[in-house]
Amino acid sequence: MRNLNYFFSSIMAIALLFIGCKPGTNGSDGGALASSAAEKVYVAPGEQDEFYAFLSGGYSGNLTVYGLPSGRMFKEIPVFSQFPTSGYGYSEETKPMLNTSHGFIPWDDLHHPDISQTNGELDGRWIFVNGNNTPRIARISLSTFETEEIIEIPNSGGNHSSAFITENTEYVIAGTRFAVPVPQRDMPINEYKGNFKGALSFISVDPESGRLDLKFQVMMPGFNYDLSRPGRGKSHGWHFFSTYNTEEANSLMEVNSSQNDKDFIAAINWKKIEDYVNNGGGTKMATNYAHNVYDEHTHSGTSTMKKEVLTVDPTEVPGAVFFLPTPKSPHGCDVDPSGEYIIGAGKLSADITVHSFTKMLEAIEAEKFDGEAYGIPILKFEDVMTGQVKSGGLGPLHTEFDSNGNAYTTFFISSEVVKWKLGTWEVVDRKPTFYSVGHLMIPGGNSRNPFGKYLVAMNKITKDRYLPTGPEMEHSAQIYDISGEKMELIYDFPTHGEPHYAAGCPADLLRANSKKIYRLDENKHPYAVTSPDQARVERNGNEVHVYMSTIRSHFTPDNIEGVKVGDKVYFHITNHEQDFDVPHGFSILGQNTSEILIMPGQTKTSVWEPKQVGVWPFYCTDFCSALHQEMQGYVRVSPANANMDLSWSLGE
Amino acid sequence: MKKASILMIIGPLFLLGLYFFPLWNIMLGAPQYPEPLGINIHIDGLQGVNEFDIQNIDGLNHYIGMKTLPKPEDMWEFSVFPLIIGVMVILGVLIGFLGFFKVVSPNWFIGWFVVMSILGILGMYDFNAWMVDYGTNLDPNAIMKLANPDGTPMTYKPPLFGHAKMLNFDVTSLPATGAWMMFTGMMLILIAFLWGRKMWKPKKQEVLQTANS
Repeated sequence: MRNLNYFFSSIMAIALLFIGCKPGTNGSDGGALASSAAEKVYVAPGEQDEFYAFLSGGYSGNLTVYGLPSGRMFKEIPVFSQFPTSGYGYSEETKPMLNTSHGFIPWDDLHHPDISQTNGELDGRWIFVNGNNTPRIARISLSTFETEEIIEIPNSGGNHSSAFITENTEYVIAGTRFAVPVPQRDMPINEYKGNFKGALSFISVDPESGRLDLKFQVMMPGFNYDLSRPGRGKSHGWHFFSTYNTEEANSLMEVNSSQNDKDFIAAINWKKIEDYVNNGGGTKMATNYAHNVYDEHTHSGTSTMKKEVLTVDPTEVPGAVFFLPTPKSPHGCDVDPSGEYIIGAGKLSADITVHSFTKMLEAIEAEKFDGEAYGIPILKFEDVMTGQVKSGGLGPLHTEFDSNGNAYTTFFISSEVVKWKLGTWEVVDRKPTFYSVGHLMIPGGNSRNPFGKYLVAMNKITKDRYLPTGPEMEHSAQIYDISGEKMELIYDFPTHGEPHYAAGCPADLLRANSKKIYRLDENKHPYAVTSPDQARVERNGNEVHVYMSTIRSHFTPDNIEGVKVGDKVYFHITNHEQDFDVPHGFSILGQNTSEILIMPGQTKTSVWEPKQVGVWPFYCTDFCSALHQEMQGYVRVSPANANMDLSWSLGE
Repeated sequence: MKKASILMIIGPLFLLGLYFFPLWNIMLGAPQYPEPLGINIHIDGLQGVNEFDIQNIDGLNHYIGMKTLPKPEDMWEFSVFPLIIGVMVILGVLIGFLGFFKVVSPNWFIGWFVVMSILGILGMYDFNAWMVDYGTNLDPNAIMKLANPDGTPMTYKPPLFGHAKMLNFDVTSLPATGAWMMFTGMMLILIAFLWGRKMWKPKKQEVLQTANS
């Protein structure tokens, strides 16, 4: 009996061993793969990401900051859109940043970020972005992560082949997508052809301050200038623009501007045009555009209207502009790290066309032209084309590079990323995206020195990737590990707004320069109070100026009387903290604007126009300290005709 | 004796470090201060380890009713200590020179050492007394009035030496570079004394020894 028991329990044990083993083997296979992807993107609590990624927000008008490989979002930087979170575009100091020749515009469509470069390598000083709708270029500081400058682009419509910088950040380049009458005038739309112009703007960047100046505009034929890239290395001094609608159609464009078998990549020798302009070339043209600058020390933006722009007729500068025929309405126009290859992605084709810069120069030298368009020489396709990638995909859009001679192209229609070799044009690998990828980004992928470790694919369609959130969803992005021969999908994360392009760089490039506080002793705001005993309230007609200071956990003053219905009350609030990450906020009941968030050492102004008699509370909107709830105060509002003098106090 | 005297000349010079480096350092770390706040105590005043640390410590301390940290002009110590150190350095170097020329015996070395030690202990006593006052003499209208488990009001005297947990803060108080330099200098002087005593032969003894041999 005992033996029998022993026998059965042995069998049971063996059976259990098998049962336990078999799924275990399977599980560890799947688990090992899954865990290796998980380990690649896992940034343990308290640790930091290896790369910063700046994703455009598209129609959010803002720029978002993410970490790679974690996909965690760190910040949304307001650029072209009002942003109640910080009060950007609502505070008196930041309203001028959104001024244009069309007045105050609280929004734009932000597409393409580009990080400043020195000698073709990322230098991490600024990031430039474009506003597509009401053409504008913005410069964002990468020490404060704040928008420092916005310049409007006149004579442009749909500022899309922007904001791309040359390899020493000499220029930010902004090309128009929509051709428009220049100067704008009342004329029939169907007289577009031959009359509309495509302005390509060259905005110089001051090497010290980063200040922007619209130096000249090249007035090109009325094609649609879609995307652009600077030459680098040997091709430095040139800039390449993809075009579509060389048909110059003005209606039902999806058909009418897809008729030509080939459109162009426009090659612009900007050095040559710069020389021409520096020697007095070009025509000054009356115009009107806004130039808005934010000063870190006055904590204030100012808007100046500029009245003149220098235009250049490209036919007046021989040897400066050429057209490279490129099949099927090219969208992406990307230049490899060496500067030799110009990649045109015909968005309606299966193939990718690669032009050679060397061949282009030879053809120009030999004057082997195939006619001209509006006086601009057209090179022969066969003379400039050096290779075609037979991708097997459909709808190529954008290409980025690693540092090992590989290119990575997104395919919108076939929804995939294809890796191929520069020079041999052979396809090495392909991986699906989810779904319908637009741009991709490899940190430094638009420079001489790419960091080919991660690739971020930014998709246009989300569908089933996340828990459903109704008809409107965030877009999806994928992260691929591209350090090996084959790409590996390692992460999937939602993005804010509609990221078009992105720019990325090693965290070490920015981390040490990121500002922690603004120094109170450098605060030059005209309404700043640098010590609480300067806090006061002044009346100037029906304007009331409150000079207020904050420190954990009170406002000085926190009781104000003598305000009347019909007054316009300006709260100028200076945050006296000099401690990292201790902002204070402000809002008052009945305000027709957003709250403001004031960083340590900063001054911001919030306006309130009280419409009702009463005693109205204000409070700190940022949970600043253990006594944040007590950080509050009152303003007494008397009738318009009351005989009340201003008075203010704290702790009385 | 010459070598011992040279040590006696060099030793006091180490005290000059107190004019350049902090004597003591107090660091305050907390969950929300992963990069701790810190006070460097110099003989002529307090300095933040990072530029705004003093201001930020005062800002936090106002919750529990502590006085703001003293400015140099608020405490006589910050003007007297540099003078005392200066006088002691000059005296020490002078004694060293006199020893070199055999004008004074090594007993003067140990004499200087004893005086300096007494002054040091008095300084520590004074420092501790200030911290007791600073940590216990609190504003009766403080925002946060906390009590110990036995019901007595909680006080916040930082440790003179070592680590203490005070509310959410880990406070560590340790001698800093200036103190270590002073310590090194004093050890040199102690060695100078012991060494010099061994080699010290007054003229009379020398004669006797010659005679004996």
